[in-house]
Amino acid sequence: MSDDNGNDVLVADNLRKEFGGLVAVNNVTFSVPRGKVISLIGPNGAGKTTFFNMLTGVYRPTSGSVTLLGEDVTGKPPHAITARGIGRTFQNIRLFQNMTAMENVLVGMHARMHANLFNSVLRTPKVKREEQKVRERALELLQFTGLRRKAQEAARNLPYGEQRKLEVARALATEPQLLLLDEPTAGMNPQESAEFTAFVARLRDEEHLTVLMIEHDMRVVMGVSDRVSVLDYGEKIAEGSPREVQKNERVIEAYLGKAAVEDMKRQGLS
Amino acid sequence: MSEQLTSHAGGTQGESPSEQVGYRNKVRARWRTLAFEQRLVISLGGALVAAILLWLVDHALGYAALVITTIYWLRHVPARYKLPAEAAFVVLLAILALTWTTPWSLVLLIAVFAAITWIPGNRKAWAVPVAFLVLAILYPFYADQMFTMPIFGVWPDVGTGVYMLVFVMMAVGLNIVVGYAGLLDLGYVAFYAFGAYTAAWLMSLQFPHAHYSLGAVGLLPGWVGVHISIWIVLVLAGCITALSGIVIGLPTLRLRGDYLAIVTLGFGEILPKVAQNGDSLFGFNLTNGPNGITPLDAPGFGHHLSSWTGGFLPANYLQCCTQTVNVGFLHIHHQIQSYDVYFWTAIVLLIFTVFVSLRLQYSRLGRAWIAIREDETAAAAMGIPLMRTKTWAYASGAFFGGIAGAYYAVFKSATFPGDFYFNISVFILCMVILGGMGNIWGVIVGAAFLAYLNQEGLANTGAWLNTNIHVGGWRPNINVPLYASGIYGVIILIVMLFRPEGLIPSRRRAAELHEGVHDEPLYDHEVAGST
Repeated sequence: MSDDNGNDVLVADNLRKEFGGLVAVNNVTFSVPRGKVISLIGPNGAGKTTFFNMLTGVYRPTSGSVTLLGEDVTGKPPHAITARGIGRTFQNIRLFQNMTAMENVLVGMHARMHANLFNSVLRTPKVKREEQKVRERALELLQFTGLRRKAQEAARNLPYGEQRKLEVARALATEPQLLLLDEPTAGMNPQESAEFTAFVARLRDEEHLTVLMIEHDMRVVMGVSDRVSVLDYGEKIAEGSPREVQKNERVIEAYLGKAAVEDMKRQGLS
Repeated sequence: MSEQLTSHAGGTQGESPSEQVGYRNKVRARWRTLAFEQRLVISLGGALVAAILLWLVDHALGYAALVITTIYWLRHVPARYKLPAEAAFVVLLAILALTWTTPWSLVLLIAVFAAITWIPGNRKAWAVPVAFLVLAILYPFYADQMFTMPIFGVWPDVGTGVYMLVFVMMAVGLNIVVGYAGLLDLGYVAFYAFGAYTAAWLMSLQFPHAHYSLGAVGLLPGWVGVHISIWIVLVLAGCITALSGIVIGLPTLRLRGDYLAIVTLGFGEILPKVAQNGDSLFGFNLTNGPNGITPLDAPGFGHHLSSWTGGFLPANYLQCCTQTVNVGFLHIHHQIQSYDVYFWTAIVLLIFTVFVSLRLQYSRLGRAWIAIREDETAAAAMGIPLMRTKTWAYASGAFFGGIAGAYYAVFKSATFPGDFYFNISVFILCMVILGGMGNIWGVIVGAAFLAYLNQEGLANTGAWLNTNIHVGGWRPNINVPLYASGIYGVIILIVMLFRPEGLIPSRRRAAELHEGVHDEPLYDHEVAGST
């Protein structure tokens, strides 16, 4: 794929990950254009999360490369990739459970702050100003995600839906160019999912963020995605607009099996 | 004990009409139905009886029981009884004081503690530490006026105070590593040793071929070796130890949890061995082997600084201090001694340690440490460089360990390899656990208590046991300090069973210990530790 295309935030080129003999992700080439919401779907065990973990540096790819904003970040550690502009959430919520909502967001700003050991001890005016600034920004983010009133609440005391939101707020605090959401609506009820869909649309339209998400809930996927990519057994089997993907035979086969496809064909013919 | 457990489980059962409710719960339920006045009278009456019985065993025990109950109830009376209750309490103290059967120090101490309970919550954060600080600074003046404690006997002398302060400092340093960043370090003694040997090298006759001095005091004519002023040495010791922390940390901090503990344990074992066998490193006598390095130069500010401050800063700690302080009505006639000056210096060092530690806790770095402790994977994904951040924790902890080690070596005027065995690492870790990991005030209390036990407390307790416990002519004659390790073990066991968060816990740590953190590793090994 073209790395020099200035419109792509992220380009994964022939990305491959093997765990022993198992090929979890098989030479996937994938790009994320700026300002779009891209969904990555696929049956369980298709390699979606592994793919995410390679993008964020948690796993080192067996082969292939990841290019973020024109810079090769393959094999860089997670914090370096976060500093270069990818913020993420986790499939099973990984908040700092015993820190307050506020502190969680402040930790997210780590890479954007400059205070070090020495000037923190001296609490120089620069450090004070910075601390003031990030606290204001953290409150803004909490406001944006609707958690302003829960700022001093320990993360573990928040209800499930709000923990999900807090994870997004924390990811936003890293000032990402690209936001990765790993099954953000898992465990949400339909109403919460709908709210979340609208929230993702706001991120794209108001904050001009690029979002890449793994999602199982088709209403969310179809509701907000600009493009959908489908992984199955570690391979990309389809890509296109939600409508195109919905009709794609290989996708239906992957989700429902071959028989279902034949069944549909027959119905289509009759 | 069962109260503890049920309250941890988050429920106050008790009044449920189930048949399985135990006898204890029935009593408790009945107790709750009583009117407040009835409860007050019953418990004060009970306390009075207990106090009298205890008084027959040991006078101070009786006073303590009485006053503790009173203070407890003062905090729990409803507002309308508050004033008369406090008046009654003051009268009680006055009677205790005026009968002269009670040492004035006991009365004064109780008054101070009672006063602390009256400080409004929002001021407590600074008022309590300041109150204790003032008490500590004045300690040398009233130490010999203190009452005899029940079981523990006399209050620690000022020399023990220095020992306690040094260990408190080390515990506060280790708390940065273990309490904040959650890195289990079983080799902290290595940093203590580094600091002590740095001081020994730079302040003694150890290198007879060198001839260098910088601001040192008390040199005899014809001196050899390196002699540098203690104030420079303390800074150097801290920095060198912090560097050694970074060097040790770089290869080891890639490991998690138990693995890190084992590697640090190894370092803790290696260093004393090097010290022990370092009298002929390729023919060079670095550590003087098992004989250790002794004596070290006396600390002091030199004549110049001393006269400039009008004698406030002593020129030489070992030849100082002739002033006498008299406060007639409190029976205080105290001639200031060298130990007192060592003690005050240690307090200054401790204040510095606590200050830095607190500043760090509420900074970008402190938050990053806590985040790493809670969930490394998430912390890395939030842009926290794991290796670098952990190394900073290690280096900061080492820095204070080094300063404390150097100061203690100067105080003892000696450094022996035998001072740095593994048990010291565990001892310091125990202090942190006992006090409450992550909470600096808890760590200070825990460390002071254990250090006191180690230096004086156990011996005193033994003496008390051997005099007061006898069946006919038989006395136990136990040499209690011999059982020190076992006793600390039991203390830690009890703490871990009933109050795993320590005496004064940090709220966050307590939650972690009761509900757990989820930090399943998610890493490739190759990536896990890279900076």
